[in-house]
Amino acid sequence: MKIELDDRQKRIVEEAVEFARTVLAPRARENEEKGVFPRDVLSQMRERGYLGATLPQAHGGLGLDPVAYGLLVAAIEKGDCSASRLLTVHLALVAEAILKCGSESQVRKWIPRIARGETICAFGLTEPEHGSDAAGIQTAYTVHGNEFRVNGRKRWTTFSGIADLLLVMARNVETVSAFLIERDSAGVTIEPQKGLMAGRACHICEVVLNDVVVGKERLLGQEGQGFAYVANTALDHGRFSIAWSGVGLAEAALDAMVSYARKRKQFGESIGSFQLIREMIAEAVTRVYAAKSLCWRAGEMRKSASPEAVIETTIAKHFSAGVAFRTACDAVQVHGGNGFTSEYPVERYMREAKVLEIIEGTSQIQQMVISLHGLRRFGRT
Amino acid sequence: MRDKIRAMVMSNLNIFSSEVEFSDDDNIFRKGFVDSLFAVQLIAYLEQEFGIRVTNKDLNINNFHSVNKMVSFVERKRQEDGGGEESNR
Repeated sequence: MKIELDDRQKRIVEEAVEFARTVLAPRARENEEKGVFPRDVLSQMRERGYLGATLPQAHGGLGLDPVAYGLLVAAIEKGDCSASRLLTVHLALVAEAILKCGSESQVRKWIPRIARGETICAFGLTEPEHGSDAAGIQTAYTVHGNEFRVNGRKRWTTFSGIADLLLVMARNVETVSAFLIERDSAGVTIEPQKGLMAGRACHICEVVLNDVVVGKERLLGQEGQGFAYVANTALDHGRFSIAWSGVGLAEAALDAMVSYARKRKQFGESIGSFQLIREMIAEAVTRVYAAKSLCWRAGEMRKSASPEAVIETTIAKHFSAGVAFRTACDAVQVHGGNGFTSEYPVERYMREAKVLEIIEGTSQIQQMVISLHGLRRFGRT
Repeated sequence: MRDKIRAMVMSNLNIFSSEVEFSDDDNIFRKGFVDSLFAVQLIAYLEQEFGIRVTNKDLNINNFHSVNKMVSFVERKRQEDGGGEESNR
């Protein structure tokens, strides 16, 4: 598959491939074991401009188009999924929402800082009792003149452990609004979540908001439009990012599967010569090509600002996440007993791939959305 | 413009019974005619189709909850922006 990019974007993606191979991949296991995303790696990502990858060059970003951003995410994911998860929350979920839904002064204030990586962002939607039913969140806000007061608890807030700025959804009776809350605001407490199956270097925390005072200049979008516009805009961008993560993770699993199948000998032959191993390789190759094609198509539609890009992105995310998990499972299978040890990366790929079927909307939620699209679009004669 | 907007909304309605009627004044969000992604899709459509830019100040459900509201919104934006260009699709 040949994806055409201009020379500048092509160079950025090629450098990201090398950065992932030489800097990220060798430390991914260690980062997971320590439960830390290293500051020096964050600094390198900042210096390379990755923390502003999609943001306009006028604001200090790299200005990558959606396809180039997708290729960047896939490359980073192959090195260390926690680095690409940072791009998803910081850029896709928060920065893109500010860019689309923010006032001129909010864009002027935050986007250059985010693009330079001086401000790291996290996204607070999910709560202990509200995951897929995101519109039912219980974190509450009240209005006091020109201020709001926010109380509640957010869960699974990726990178909130090191974030400076939180995009938080809160409710006032039937109205959901979005707020930009600085982490060092009075009343904000960050509690790390332990015992995670994956994302262990992603600084996933609970965010406790205790009577946090938020000025009206921190309201993102209009009051009451937090879910319909802000959260949905954020999640649309987030799904696109995760779709490409699925491609990157599936490619990493395929590489590991094939490399092992070439080297591992049983019955005097490389196991890659056995038909049932080849069947897994053939299916993995086909699935990876298909996932990349869907992501590419969604990217092209996003480039042209097509309204259909929203559903195409949903389809790509659903398929790509499934491909990543299936391919990682097969990679473990090809490794046999060795697939169960941390000597090889495939068990980590399998755990990390499972997350992709849950975050930014579970596969079941995507299926509900895609099925409605199918009911509307097909068989209407 | 009205016909285009109505056609776009119609193609995204989650109504699968021919007995349910839908008027240009119906609040499509309150009646549950569309899913949660529709608002994002709708804004992309209005921007692309009518050459307008939906800003932060415009993101109010009152601008978009019925076909008539959408038509009024696009007309107002075109006047403010000095007239956007309608696509030929």
